[in-house]
Parts: sequence; structure tokens; C-alpha cells
Amino acid sequence: MQTDRIVAAGKLNPLIPHPAEMILALVFFAILVLLVKKFIVPAFEQAFAERTAAIEGGLAAAETKQAEADAKLAELEKQLADARHEAARIREEAREQGAAIVAEMREQAQAESARILEHGRTQIEAERQQAVTSLRAEVGALATGLAGRIVGESLDDEVRQSRVVERFLADLESGQAPSGVN
Amino acid sequence: MSAIAMTAIPTEGFTPPGPGDFNLPPIGHSEGTAPTFEFLGQTMYWGVTKPMVQLALSVVLIFTFFYLASRHRAMVPGKLQYVGETAYGFVRNGLARDTIGSHDFMRFVPYLVALFFFILVNNYFGLIPGIQFPTFSRAGMAYALAALSWVVYNYVGMRKHGVGGYLKLQTVPSGVRGVVLLLLVPLEFFSNILVRPVTLALRLFANMFAGHMLLILFALGGEYLLLHTTGLTPVAGVLSFVMFMGVSVLEMLVMALQAYVFVLLTSMYIAGALADEH
Repeated sequence: MQTDRIVAAGKLNPLIPHPAEMILALVFFAILVLLVKKFIVPAFEQAFAERTAAIEGGLAAAETKQAEADAKLAELEKQLADARHEAARIREEAREQGAAIVAEMREQAQAESARILEHGRTQIEAERQQAVTSLRAEVGALATGLAGRIVGESLDDEVRQSRVVERFLADLESGQAPSGVN
Repeated sequence: MSAIAMTAIPTEGFTPPGPGDFNLPPIGHSEGTAPTFEFLGQTMYWGVTKPMVQLALSVVLIFTFFYLASRHRAMVPGKLQYVGETAYGFVRNGLARDTIGSHDFMRFVPYLVALFFFILVNNYFGLIPGIQFPTFSRAGMAYALAALSWVVYNYVGMRKHGVGGYLKLQTVPSGVRGVVLLLLVPLEFFSNILVRPVTLALRLFANMFAGHMLLILFALGGEYLLLHTTGLTPVAGVLSFVMFMGVSVLEMLVMALQAYVFVLLTSMYIAGALADEH
């Protein structure tokens, strides 16, 4: 039996193919190619494409964000500069306004004081006039009384009295001695 | 007594492995009972053999692995998807794109990916315990794949350049004129059209066949020396097992390398067939 097998093996040429094996290899390989083509390649390619898109999209998004942030920063800086400028302008204006107000106030106070002064002066003048008038009346009465007593003549009659006083005063003003007294 | 009888028959009792060890009888049959038929002067078994089952098993394994790996399509891949993507990307980018060029390669990716892993897994069946038979040590299997590669690269070349243009591209070297062409054109035709599929098939088949033969020899020889001889020769049996392990490691390399070379050459032939006139 062993010799049979050796003889059989000697006759066997491994290079001559088994037809069924050739066909089966082709069939199974074709099945594998179809399966790979239908399920595996699309799945992997889709995963690769999605990953590429995600990475590229992420990079683009980051760039956009960066640009936005830069723009916002520039805008904020500009706003800050504007605000500083505005503040300086307002301060300057306030200073000017304050100076103007102080000057106006001073002017008003001066006017007021002048007015009060004028008012006082007028009042004093009026009071003086009043004093002069009342003094004149009192002085007249005193002088009349005094003269009546001196001359013993009743000068109670009012008309006469005032006439005498007038004359007396006129005499006084003219610097002459009252004629009635002589 | 039996021990004495065994020592009495020295080396004559050892049957060296031969091509017959690759001609497995169909599953469920022994050598004697299997039905046979004649093909090209050879007596062949008729029935489902182990390498045929291995072909189907490899398709199931490869598809299952890649299907599970590619199913989730996650943006950030898990372990399985990462391994799948790396394996797929190795053939897609490292073989197909780099050889064929980014313009045309995509339509060959399914074919080349399937080819690479089909050969790789079937080769590694030669080392997997319990299977231990490289499918492509059966010449017919290697012939089939090589023939398919031959059809593919000639077909795409003819579709792109037309039959005449393609034959001119493959057989007329650029910059050669005159009488030398009479010598070169048949030579180029022979090498580019006729020899390519033969070398492609034989390289794969012969590597798997010889590698497996070597492993059988060291395994059976070691066993025989260890169990059926006396004196110092069992030591040689141990050495034989050590050699078996060494050759197994070498075979791991050869199996991957043959799959790589087969696919690399196929994609180079496709690239050559698609090349523009130089």
C-alpha cells in the first residue's frame, strides 16, 4: 500500500490544476470582491470623507472665529478710544462751562451789590429828606413856641403861625435876621 | 517486541512527504473510497476538499472582520475600526494609490483590497493550528487569481487605448526604431502579455507549496527520528522540530510577503496598462 502511494505520488503533477478548485477560487473571490465593493469600500470611504470634511470644516470654523474675534477686538479698542476722547471733550466742556458760570455769577453778584448799594443810597436820601421835612416842621413849631413865649404873643392861630414860620425860615435861608423878630 | 521490530526497520519505514500530501481526499472520504475523474492525464478526486472549504471560510472571515470594523463609521475610530481602517488603508493608499496614481486607483480598490486579504488569509491558513493547509499550495487556486489579474489589466488597458494602441504600448519600447524592433516586439509581447500571469501564479503557488512541504518534512521527519529510531538520531529529531519552528516563523513572513507581492505586481500591471504613451 505504501508503495502504491509512492507510485501515485510520483505520478502526481502538482502543477496541473484541479478544475473545480479553479472555478471555486474564482467564484469565492468574485463574491468577496462584490461584498467588499458593496459594503466595505463605501463605508470606509464615507468615514474617510466625513473625517476629512470634519477636519477641514473645523479648521475653517476656527479661522472664521479667529477673524471674528480680531474684528471684535479692533472694534472694542476703537470704541474705547472714542470713549476716552469723548470723556476728555466732556471734561473740557465742563471746565469751560464752569468758568463761564463762575464769571456770570460774579457779574450777577456785582450787579446785585450795585443795585443794593443804589437802593440803600436812595433810601438814605429819602429818609434824609423826610428827616429834613419833619425837622423843618418841628423846628418851626419849636421856634414858634419859643418866639410866642418870647414875644408873649399868642401865635396859636395856625395861618398866622405858618406864615410867621415861613418868613422866619426864609429869613434864615437868606441869611438875614428875621424881620418879625426886630 | 514491537520496539525491536521498529528498530529493525531503519529509514526504509519513513515515507517522505510529496505532492500527494497536497492532494487531499474529499471530506468524508478516505483515499480509497473517494470518487475520481480524469483531467489532463491526472486522476483527481471528485468532492468537496478542505482547501475548498477554506476558500469559503476566508471570504466569511474577511467580510465579517471588515464589516464589523466599517459598520460604525465613527469620526474617532474605536480599536476594531482603527485596525480595519489601517488594513484597508494599507492596500488602498500603500498599494493602489501609490502604484496606480490618485486619478484612476479608486475603481480598483475593491478588487485589490479583496485580493490582498483573500491571499493573505488563505496563506495564513497554512499556519493556523487545526487548519494548517495553505490554500494556494493548490495550483489551480493560484492560476485562477493570476488569470483574473491578467484579464483585468489587459482589459482596462484595451479599454483605455484600444486593442491596437494597447498592444503598441505594451510591446513597442519607446525610442527604439528600425530593425531592433523586430527583435524587441516579440520579446516584449512575450514578457508583458504571456509570462506575467504565469510568474504571478507560480510565484504564489510555489512559495506556498514549498513552504508547506518543508514544514511537513520537518514535522514528519522529526516525529520519525524521535519515535522510531534509537541511539543519537532522536536528537536530530529534536533539532528537526526546532527547524520546524524556525521555518514556521519564516513562513509567516513569506505568506504576508507573497500576498503583498501578488497585489503589488497586479497594481503595477494595471498602472502600466493605464499609462499614457511615453
